[in-house]
Amino acid sequence: MSTQSSGTVTMAQALNRALRDALTEDEDVLVFGEDVGQLGGVFRITDGLTADFGEERCFDTPLAEAGIAGFAVGLAMQGFRPVIEMQFDAFGYPAFEQVVSHIAKMRNRTRSMLTMPIVIRIPYAGGIGGVEHHCDSSEGYYAHTPGLHVVTPSTPADAYSLLREAISSPDPVVFMEPKALYWSKAELELPARTEPFGRAAVRREGSDVTLVAYGPQVPNALKAAEVAAEEEGWSVEVIDLRTLVPFDDETVAASVRKTGRCVVVSEAAGFGGVGGEIAARVSERCFHSLAAPVLRVSGLDIPYPPPMLEHTHLPGVDRILDAMARLQWDDQPDVAHLEVSR
Amino acid sequence: MSKTTADLLPCGDPVQFLNEQGELTGPGEEAEARGYLMPSDEDLLAVWRQMVIGRRFDAQATALTKQGRLAVYPSSRGQDACQVAPVLALQEHDWFFPTYRDSMALVSRGLDPVEVLTLLRGSWHCGYDPVANNTAPQCTPLATQAVHAAGAGHGLARRGSDGVALCFIGDGATSEGDFHEGLNFAAVFNAPTVYFVQNNKYAISVPLAKQTKAPSLAYKGIGYGIRSEQVDGNDAAAVLAVTRAALEHASSGSGPFLIEAHTYRLEAHTNADDATRYRGSEEVAEWSTRDPIARLRTYLVGTGALTPEIEEEVTAAAESYAASLRERMNLEPEVAPLSLFEHVYAQPTPQLREQADLVRAELEEAQA
Repeated sequence: MSTQSSGTVTMAQALNRALRDALTEDEDVLVFGEDVGQLGGVFRITDGLTADFGEERCFDTPLAEAGIAGFAVGLAMQGFRPVIEMQFDAFGYPAFEQVVSHIAKMRNRTRSMLTMPIVIRIPYAGGIGGVEHHCDSSEGYYAHTPGLHVVTPSTPADAYSLLREAISSPDPVVFMEPKALYWSKAELELPARTEPFGRAAVRREGSDVTLVAYGPQVPNALKAAEVAAEEEGWSVEVIDLRTLVPFDDETVAASVRKTGRCVVVSEAAGFGGVGGEIAARVSERCFHSLAAPVLRVSGLDIPYPPPMLEHTHLPGVDRILDAMARLQWDDQPDVAHLEVSR
Repeated sequence: MSKTTADLLPCGDPVQFLNEQGELTGPGEEAEARGYLMPSDEDLLAVWRQMVIGRRFDAQATALTKQGRLAVYPSSRGQDACQVAPVLALQEHDWFFPTYRDSMALVSRGLDPVEVLTLLRGSWHCGYDPVANNTAPQCTPLATQAVHAAGAGHGLARRGSDGVALCFIGDGATSEGDFHEGLNFAAVFNAPTVYFVQNNKYAISVPLAKQTKAPSLAYKGIGYGIRSEQVDGNDAAAVLAVTRAALEHASSGSGPFLIEAHTYRLEAHTNADDATRYRGSEEVAEWSTRDPIARLRTYLVGTGALTPEIEEEVTAAAESYAASLRERMNLEPEVAPLSLFEHVYAQPTPQLREQADLVRAELEEAQA
């Protein structure tokens, strides 16, 4: 049904197109949330959907996130495929009980007799000068919840393809959209299909060190790799995870076994987060190939800062380069982590 | 058609057809004007019959708990009219949203009692097929099902069905945010959803007075534009009449309906609870005199609908139901450790497959 189109596409446009194509192909797909109707969403991801598909298919709801998520559960019980929007990361917290106790567990509770093909779209993370409660990296909460797929694209092509796959998935998907990348562009022909869930992408090949990143930090990792090559002569491999759950151990481990060095880059606070999980998995699988400890570059363990200080918090190219510099290039043990202040 | 506050308000006193002595006192003009009509003796006899069987089921489940066959059992003894009458008013294609205390209602809907007790037995979570039975899993988190019922009601209407979603909820859970979000969504989307609040006076130990200042829980519907009613929850005739009117209201496209049924939990919260720590025996004794089964029995014996022969037959049916349940529950349920991995996702993740291999190896080692 979908028409071919090519040219410069932003991530926001790719997401909009994915919703459009899904609405066209499957009458059971419903898009709803706060301001997603006539306004087209605060980020315009649902722009024009109500005009083109009618209020029956794309509609505004009362301002209540638990209500939106719970309403989706009820509609899924009647065979619909709800695609709901949490307006911002931190505004999704009121829906947490519905997501964790019902959406994530329903298949399991009922031994697959009742399933929840629901997509929860969440614009997340910072870097856009947003005031408090608008910039959280909340992926860790969802990734820690069995029963949910957690997906986060970093390119327009993946945004389209992964969202289409999410909507047709038999299981619930928390679809985390890095809002700093909404306006990133690519030359692209739509509809595009990329690798399925559970496959990480090697965005840049290298032989000395592996950078593992996802969502908003992928462009920083690529930039750091470029600078490292130019200034230090290091050959840096960059992996874009694309889906946190399911996690692609295979691609990540194969890369680290090849390079012998690994830095995990995530924007979320480090303690107890996805980045730490990845570092542990790499250490467990690649210990004998490692020339240096697996390092993490994360957001600071602080509440997301006010806009004028967010650059202090966000992992950037320099922090990634600094971490790479600590990877025992000269066979000298790195003891920085032993200098614990008391 | 815009609704006025008067259209939404409940009766000043709970709707009652049969008083505590089983004498006919209703419906009365106000109730009749609201469409609450005295059910036929035949329908009431069916309710009485199922209440007798339901209470026997409840007693059997309590006994099974004492024998260690159930992990826990929240009894609904005393709430029998609320457990049975609304469910018997449902059509097969209506959806039912029960809580953990509504096992009696589930078996009254015709679900297999062993499947119903799976959750409390602990061999899995929900034991019955929600889709085949048009019945959601028993909800243990509080009030979350209120929003599901709004969505399901809306979904039924979207499909062109005249089906209704009937949502059970307790008095304590009306303090939860999801109760309010559910009511509001149901109203805004004009969903065919009926909310049936069993006000059994306690949320575990906390009495209603600490839960709300509302004169009736039915008033909680007014702010959302939902027609609301309160009913004597131990009067099965009134419960059936009001629920029928509510289902008709919802089914015909007039939107959601909220019912508060005044009843009482005669047992503790569960077998693990000690109710003497928060309520006196006089109160329990007083409510015991308002027993819904005895009340309807007196009435039906008076009309001649309930004969000694029928009573004998129903008592025997209840005993036989309990005996069969006892026998089936005394068989060890099958639990399969590897099934833990089968229903997390449609396709297990590589990480789950690894963990399944680990457990499989452990099992094989234990068997060797």
